[in-house]
Amino acid sequence: MGRNGFLRKDRLEAYLNNLSKKGGLYVPKEEKGAIVFRKYSGVSELSLKKPATTPAKSIIYLQSETFFRFMFEKEGNGLDKVNVRIQENMDQEIRIIFGARPCDAKGFSVIDRVFIDTDTQDVYYKKRRENSYIATKSCDSPSSGCFCISVGGGPFDEEGSDAQFTEINGGYLIEAITEKGNIFLESELLEPGETYLEEKRKRKEEVERLVKEYCERVGKIEPLSPKLRLFSDEDFWKKHLSKCLSCGVCTYLCPTCYCFNITDEKTFYEGERIRSWDSCMFFHFTLEASGHNPRPDKFKRFRNRVGHKFMFYPERYSGQIACCGCGRCVRFCPVSVDIREIVLELMKSEEGGRE
Amino acid sequence: MNWDHYMEKRRKPLSEKGLREKISQILKEVDVVISWKMGFDPIHATPHFIRDEKEIEESVFNVFCVHNLTTYLPFMKEKVGIVVKGCDSRTLVQFIQEGLITRENLKIIGIPCSGVVDVKKIMEEIGESPVLQAEILDNSSLKIRTLDGEKFFQIDSVLAQKCKTCRYPTPLIYDHLIGEPIKSQIGWDKAYEDVTEFDKKTLEEKLSFWKKEFEKCIRCYACRNACPLCVCQDRCIAESRDPHFVSQKLELPEKFMFHFIHAIHLAGRCVECGECERACPMGIPVKMMKKKINYEMKQLFDYETGINVDDKPPMYTFKVEEEKIKEHEL
Repeated sequence: MGRNGFLRKDRLEAYLNNLSKKGGLYVPKEEKGAIVFRKYSGVSELSLKKPATTPAKSIIYLQSETFFRFMFEKEGNGLDKVNVRIQENMDQEIRIIFGARPCDAKGFSVIDRVFIDTDTQDVYYKKRRENSYIATKSCDSPSSGCFCISVGGGPFDEEGSDAQFTEINGGYLIEAITEKGNIFLESELLEPGETYLEEKRKRKEEVERLVKEYCERVGKIEPLSPKLRLFSDEDFWKKHLSKCLSCGVCTYLCPTCYCFNITDEKTFYEGERIRSWDSCMFFHFTLEASGHNPRPDKFKRFRNRVGHKFMFYPERYSGQIACCGCGRCVRFCPVSVDIREIVLELMKSEEGGRE
Repeated sequence: MNWDHYMEKRRKPLSEKGLREKISQILKEVDVVISWKMGFDPIHATPHFIRDEKEIEESVFNVFCVHNLTTYLPFMKEKVGIVVKGCDSRTLVQFIQEGLITRENLKIIGIPCSGVVDVKKIMEEIGESPVLQAEILDNSSLKIRTLDGEKFFQIDSVLAQKCKTCRYPTPLIYDHLIGEPIKSQIGWDKAYEDVTEFDKKTLEEKLSFWKKEFEKCIRCYACRNACPLCVCQDRCIAESRDPHFVSQKLELPEKFMFHFIHAIHLAGRCVECGECERACPMGIPVKMMKKKINYEMKQLFDYETGINVDDKPPMYTFKVEEEKIKEHEL
């Protein structure tokens, strides 16, 4: 960790007011039955007690965004020549996220590998990612269904965060992790943080022990082998997923899911090209123009979801799994499908099958 | 709203032994029995598809069995045995009216139900702390042990909203009934008090209420997929590309459009099982729109959904002269 500073709780409002002058400040807010990331509008609506219902993903990787607008224009009076005019729509906003959780931030590094660390970059995501600053709040305790430690994360994980703050001694110890993280320390409201480091170390140890204990019920989740025999056993998937409703809760609340669709929304003379999230749980996800659908039923769709996160992605990105263990898919699934149970059973079958 | 003790007395938890015996009996006649078992923690139950005698042991019935299991039926081709609560059984009646299932292929185990809990409410009360143990004490309270300590709840204080005004606690259709029937004292008017209360707001107030609620919608379609009567599913016009009714933008008009389509398609069909609202991860009270339409259906056609298999849903038929629609006289 780099520089640090301590913010007294009674100064939080002034601190956030100042921060919001440096760019669009996004914080978790309570909105009748859900906690969502919204533009900061006052400290009274800030909700830091438990992880937000929706992850911070949607602030940088928008659920729906316009790539560009296009207009068809006739040239002269003839019908034979039509020009297309394109108007670019590149988002330049500076985005500051305050109060995401470490797992949310880790989610961004999963998406970065696909959209940025490649030779076919997603310029829209990349621009927004470059213009964003993320301060995560370290967790105080695990939430129902959490399993960050099982997938190599943790309540104080730094991956993807620019800065991290820990609630101690009636305030917050803010520590920079990256160069960008210094934006959170450039404030006259902060006191030197050195004296709080020892307290934080103790807190970290305590919370990590608590989370570890809870995650031990799950155990360690490792990437799945592509040779796994059970993976192609349809009865296995039917047994676990007859109850799946095939809705998009698990994918839309997931900090690491990044699949999208592209649509031209147009009237006769003009239109927009839109990129919007898609969900592999939906029938339409793989529906082809011919009418054929290679994944017509929910078992196959869910198998793809598990495969993508725990087999294909790790295979492509040096053993990293595409899951940050935030537990939202478990906690919010309307029929309590538990992806951990499924992956563990697959892992177990692999061990048994090994020579 | 005063709904205290509308049922004679909260029933003793059902003997699960009786349920399991019945499941074992009908499993011989069908391919699969749908019941509940406990899920990832002690306050989450999960639908349980039993194909093997060995799986019966895990079946449970308690206040956490919130799901309406009938939602799977219209898409199943096998012979199915199903466990239903009073509210769920209305779905079956509606299915039969609409010809969506074949009664002969179905074996129904009915359970008179004195209410299930609102798991979201409990989760909120315990701050989403991991639940280690849940115990039902003296038929009326819950002891929940989380990582943060123990908490006690009166079951009535965390009851699902729909259960507070339940009019049909005993299944209306079944082959086997487990336990004694329960009677409800709730009248029709009482059940719709929330609708009439909401109706007193001005149009502007209502609009701003719904704007705020739908702002949260993430278009995950959990409400649609959990709904047993939403049978278009993969052909839903909210997603279809041709025709392209609802755009891929994430703005209020699109969200409104989808939710209105959902509600209107359920006119005179919604049995108010509340699965749409329960499934919503964002806490949007989507059931209320459907309840309002049901209220109007009752006023206009004196029709209540899912009560009698021989009824014809009003939207499935027409009369040249409707009793309460006087458009010809305009």
